[in-house]
Amino acid sequence: MSEPRTSAPRERVVAAIDQGTTSTRCLLFSRSGRMLAVAQREHRQHYPEPGRVEHDAEEIWRNVARVVPEALRRAGLEPENIVALGIANQRETTVIWNRHTGAPLARAITWQDTRTGPIVARLVEEGLGPLYASTSGFGPATYFAGPRLRWLLDHVPGARAGAEAGDVLFGTMESWLIWRLTGGPGRGVHVTDVTNASRTMLMDLRTLEWSPKLLEALRVPERMLPEIRSNAEVYGVCAEVLPGVPVAGALGDQQAALVGQTCFAPGEVKCTYGTGAFLLKNTGARIGGSAQGLIPTVGYLVGERPVYALEGSIAVTGSLVQWFRDSLGMIGTAAQIETLALTVPDNGGCYVVPAFSGLYAPHWQANARGVIVGLTSYITRGHLARAVLEATAWQTREVVDAMNAESGIPVTRLKADGGMTADHLLMQYVADVLDVPVERPLGSEAVSLGAAYVAGLAVGHWPGLEVLRGNWHRAAMWEPAMDAAVRERERENWARAVARSYDWVR
Amino acid sequence: MPGAIQSVERAAAILRLLGGAGRPLALAELAAALDLPRPTVHGLVRTLRDEGLVDQDRATALYRPGSGLRRLGDGWDRHDLRARAMNWADALAGGTGCAVYLAVPAGTMASLVHHVFRPDGSPQTLRTNTEQPLHATAWGKCLLAFAPVATPPARELELRRYTGRTASTVAMLEAHLAAARTRGMATDVGEFEAGVGGAAVPLRSGGGLTVAALGIAAPVEELFGGGGEPRRPLADQLQAAGREISALLVTPR
Repeated sequence: MSEPRTSAPRERVVAAIDQGTTSTRCLLFSRSGRMLAVAQREHRQHYPEPGRVEHDAEEIWRNVARVVPEALRRAGLEPENIVALGIANQRETTVIWNRHTGAPLARAITWQDTRTGPIVARLVEEGLGPLYASTSGFGPATYFAGPRLRWLLDHVPGARAGAEAGDVLFGTMESWLIWRLTGGPGRGVHVTDVTNASRTMLMDLRTLEWSPKLLEALRVPERMLPEIRSNAEVYGVCAEVLPGVPVAGALGDQQAALVGQTCFAPGEVKCTYGTGAFLLKNTGARIGGSAQGLIPTVGYLVGERPVYALEGSIAVTGSLVQWFRDSLGMIGTAAQIETLALTVPDNGGCYVVPAFSGLYAPHWQANARGVIVGLTSYITRGHLARAVLEATAWQTREVVDAMNAESGIPVTRLKADGGMTADHLLMQYVADVLDVPVERPLGSEAVSLGAAYVAGLAVGHWPGLEVLRGNWHRAAMWEPAMDAAVRERERENWARAVARSYDWVR
Repeated sequence: MPGAIQSVERAAAILRLLGGAGRPLALAELAAALDLPRPTVHGLVRTLRDEGLVDQDRATALYRPGSGLRRLGDGWDRHDLRARAMNWADALAGGTGCAVYLAVPAGTMASLVHHVFRPDGSPQTLRTNTEQPLHATAWGKCLLAFAPVATPPARELELRRYTGRTASTVAMLEAHLAAARTRGMATDVGEFEAGVGGAAVPLRSGGGLTVAALGIAAPVEELFGGGGEPRRPLADQLQAAGREISALLVTPR
């Protein structure tokens, strides 16, 4: 299924590294955006205490060094065929390392880790909420990287002194990888991109620079921070892994999917359905409001002017299906939930609210916990399977409603990607409850494709964003087909179920 | 009449041993019970494991009856099929410029498990979970030709004439199926919808059993060359995708 190899030695392709939560992958893309090869390696998840999730940054770097040559080998290509390398990464995961040895001072604290609760609570108590909201775009939350950096500075021996002396550097995963790729100790380029920087709680969303006030509030020494750069520019040239290849693009994974889905016009929305789900809406030059529980963030900066995005994050979607499979043993594979759900015509009045670690957007209820409501002796496994799938659809609807309320301009279609788009019943239900068409692009690798796009743009492999639209092809479209009265009844039932999940933890 | 196949007899003996033991067994125990060299028994039990008929505990390496034994009557779950085939189906649509379908037998019809739009921006309607006649579509004829147990015989089908090209007699349909078996690919030259052609290859799980048909659809003149044969580059990509997906169906679920 590969493109003709007649000109293999001269074939020009773009490499993308997708540094994700569970694995690191390298994908190669042709000029038309077709994936030519992929190689993948999982890394270990460290759970030192409840609520703590860590990664070994050194292990992740070793995996990068393995998957890139493996992808080249699978495609039958050499490093000379690679015109540029782009990176998409798990966001908000925080690492500090010694600039002289290259060794991380501690394991990276990942985005799922909630240990910074007390730090965030203190910021709020000190009345700094409005300062953060007005500068970084969103009030203090454990979700972001800044409080994790503060935790490391406070708890890792030598971290603060090293940072103040200029010996210790901070980065999110793309910073770490770019620094290693460009030569590490003595030579490595220490940069981040605007999208990852916008997830630190340390950057001024308007100026796209580190905010001295926010740094001071979290007691972060500025000299340990990477330089903030655009998403598409040559940061440096690889000294390792792909010697001579420019590292020319980086994006947080969800912003990468926004670019990969070519959501370049204000109002366009994408939703990536994975473990959780992330909706991002292009808001153009306008910084969206956070009143609806949505997070204003940088969408991408290609060239001079930043394009902003409004994000709605849903914590549990695909992981609810995994729980249904692994913890309840109701199904053998994730795909079989559709088979089970199709054994019944509807949910039988049953609803599952998966507030496993609280609810994210638009509720932000840390003390909510999961509930199953509407149980009667009529309910079968099939109804539960329906309720599990419907939970993903209704959570999507809540975020879309919040986006519509924020701008007053309704979303008219949704571009979906990610593994759950294989579930036809779910995608149809999403279209039904949103009452807008849902589309899936050909090729489900929107995140990696976005990273490849920005890197290719930086080196002139593609002339501009608009050309990339021609690479987007509709693979499927689900049209809404639900009776309006049924939709409204179900929406009310879902809202009542959500209300019952609130304030369970005391 | 040829005699019994020894390896099949031995495999049956292994299954009986594991089923009757009431506890997981080690390779040495199996070899001792069958009075066979360990490498011989290892080859047999490993093949049974790959087929899902024997399970092996990861930690202890002991063998026990496999979960696949309880599912002997079940085919592949249609949604597992879609999940496994999806990436290759997308790549096939991207490479050929054709719409892609995945079909399984459903009584006297072919049920479409998956549909990828033709990537040309034209308005199209999703046909996932709809049914099409076995005798008039490439994927339907592919299932008739290659999955004879899972589909009814040609003489039991109602051979409705959809277009002037539909195989509307048993003899005509049998000729189509014979050609498909020879070619390894079934075709439809506008036999269900006038002007819309199709080509389909079987997707085979472990042991070569056909579980589904993978097809491409495009205007007849685009899909077929002068001699009425599918154009070579399209046929090659279809065959290659079929092989890749089949390889994913060999491993146990």
